[in-house]
Amino acid sequence: MTVRQDTLTEAPLLEVSDLGMTFPAPRGGLRRSAGIKAVDGVSFGVAAGETLGLVGESGCGKSTTGRMLVRLLDPTAGRVDFEGKDITRIGQREMRPLRSRMQIIFQDPFASLNPRQTVQQIISAPLRAQGTDAAVIRREVRDLVGLVGLSPEHLERYPHQFSGGQAQRIGIARALATRPALVVADEPVSALDVSIQAQIVGLMERLQRELGVAYVFIAHDLAVVKHISHRVAVMYLGRIVEIGDREEVYDRPAHPYTNALLSAVPLPDPVAERARERIVLLGDPPSPANPPAGCTFHPRCPKVQDICRSEPPLLRISGPGQRQVACHFPEN
Amino acid sequence: MTLLEVNDLAVEFNTAEGTVQAVKGIDFAVERGRTLGIVGESGSGKSVTSLAVMGLHRGAKVTGSVRFDGTELIGAPDETVRKLRGRRMAMVFQDALTALHPYFTIGDQIAEAHREHHGSSRKESWARAVEVLGDVGIPEPARRAGEYPHQFSGGMRQRAMIALALSCEPDLIIADEPTTALDVTVQAQVLDLLMRLKEERGLGIIVITHDLGVIARVADEVLVMYGGSAVEQAPADTLFTSPRHPYTRGLLDSLPRLDAADGEPLHAIPGNPPSLLAPPAGCVFHPRCPVYAAADTGQRELCTAGRPKLRLVASEHRNACVHLGETA
Repeated sequence: MTVRQDTLTEAPLLEVSDLGMTFPAPRGGLRRSAGIKAVDGVSFGVAAGETLGLVGESGCGKSTTGRMLVRLLDPTAGRVDFEGKDITRIGQREMRPLRSRMQIIFQDPFASLNPRQTVQQIISAPLRAQGTDAAVIRREVRDLVGLVGLSPEHLERYPHQFSGGQAQRIGIARALATRPALVVADEPVSALDVSIQAQIVGLMERLQRELGVAYVFIAHDLAVVKHISHRVAVMYLGRIVEIGDREEVYDRPAHPYTNALLSAVPLPDPVAERARERIVLLGDPPSPANPPAGCTFHPRCPKVQDICRSEPPLLRISGPGQRQVACHFPEN
Repeated sequence: MTLLEVNDLAVEFNTAEGTVQAVKGIDFAVERGRTLGIVGESGSGKSVTSLAVMGLHRGAKVTGSVRFDGTELIGAPDETVRKLRGRRMAMVFQDALTALHPYFTIGDQIAEAHREHHGSSRKESWARAVEVLGDVGIPEPARRAGEYPHQFSGGMRQRAMIALALSCEPDLIIADEPTTALDVTVQAQVLDLLMRLKEERGLGIIVITHDLGVIARVADEVLVMYGGSAVEQAPADTLFTSPRHPYTRGLLDSLPRLDAADGEPLHAIPGNPPSLLAPPAGCVFHPRCPVYAAADTGQRELCTAGRPKLRLVASEHRNACVHLGETA
């Protein structure tokens, strides 16, 4: 149904095919509903050591997708192949060794750290779960705190004794404890102050260079995603509307939604802001409980035609390179 | 007459762990038809400043001077402040779902504010509510006025809150992170609305935000705050093209930008924002400051001697750094 990502010569680290998540409709409603399609027909690949940015507005399904990648949620359709194995069709026993290869970092560093555990206990938890020897754990944990820019004296402290940026460093150290090949980072810097965001983004980039870890970097901030990603997927109402190399997507957006989204981000430059031509979309993103027919973007699209109201566009290759776009009238 | 003039504003809170000096020595002014952007990170004191202007601090020690259209508000009787608040100066908050009452319709809430300040009848005040909802771009305002906050989308709720602020035709609107909870495409709509209201009605607006992009879009003047102090103030164009304070420069350099060349590294500001319970001596920024780090002992003493205040360094450009005052 969607074009598969066949651009990578070797088998990718992660391959997602036609992934879907339909949440059951709330009970007791007056109308009968087939459920809420939070994610629908999402396909992409992630190569070892690369960063795929997943962007979109609230409710577009980017976090749900991230949770399915590490199987915190079981998808209702499609498959997720990680290191050649479909993780959606295996039991928890088979899943356990894979969990050390894939990790996740969350938005709120304090909510994701146990307030009653010391940093030592938090960071060592994944290693203890693997049954690693106590002496090895102690050495590893000391290495990890150094790696993320904390010092050994922090190990005996509790999460509340840290600032937001430091707490996120602890979350990153925990995620890296088992030396995963893939880390899903769900809005890892959006709760942090601007001056601290740059520290954490810089840290994640350095760790990728040193450890070769791949990231799926989920965020609503288009500037941060542009900075850290090699490739970018733009989601709207549960679907990928555009995916390609960072330069392609940012410099020559092909989907009208990508174009509007980029033009809506205010630049920190008043002179450029005044000179800039902006596409202001009307209305709000529609609810995934009741998506529009045809192309789900059509009610807000400045280029809408008749076909857009009835025919959902498929994701297909557009223009040079491997960029794919789901639009009947892509721009180039 | 200047619409709002703030001089040497300071706010202190007593907490279980000691006295928090949330804001100290803040000066600024807002004219009619102009937008002042106050930018800072969490704990910088930007929201505390706006609440102090509105007289909304309970149990805090507020000193200095806040003059609204010639009337001094600090130390004024509650009644004086209450008559101005809502009627002539209004506030728009970040989270409209919390700021609006869930049990009353949008129209009722706007109409009530109008009746309270103007003594208008139910019929008049309801008509006014429908009118301002139309003004802020709510489609079918007569019908939507009868709906509850949960029936509005995020962007519409923010518009409704702006309508509530507008209902008494204020002279000054303080918007505290008005678009932070909104998606970027909806943020663009709300910022355009604020700018249109300023132009059409000659409102004075204060926009408080951590987002330098939002500041660049809406502000005429910018005040940069850090650790409870004002560190730099300038017209928006000047601030972004020739920032002088090391913190402002660091903030702009640490920002990932859509218009950056590929592969341009981010320059993070090292360290963490200060604790306001025990702020660093002298300039609050000095422990993270590259100028301090590179300075010799004699110059460093200037940084730690006392908290520097803003002083004029060029036309309309004020800077609090003791070292980068005149040269840049």
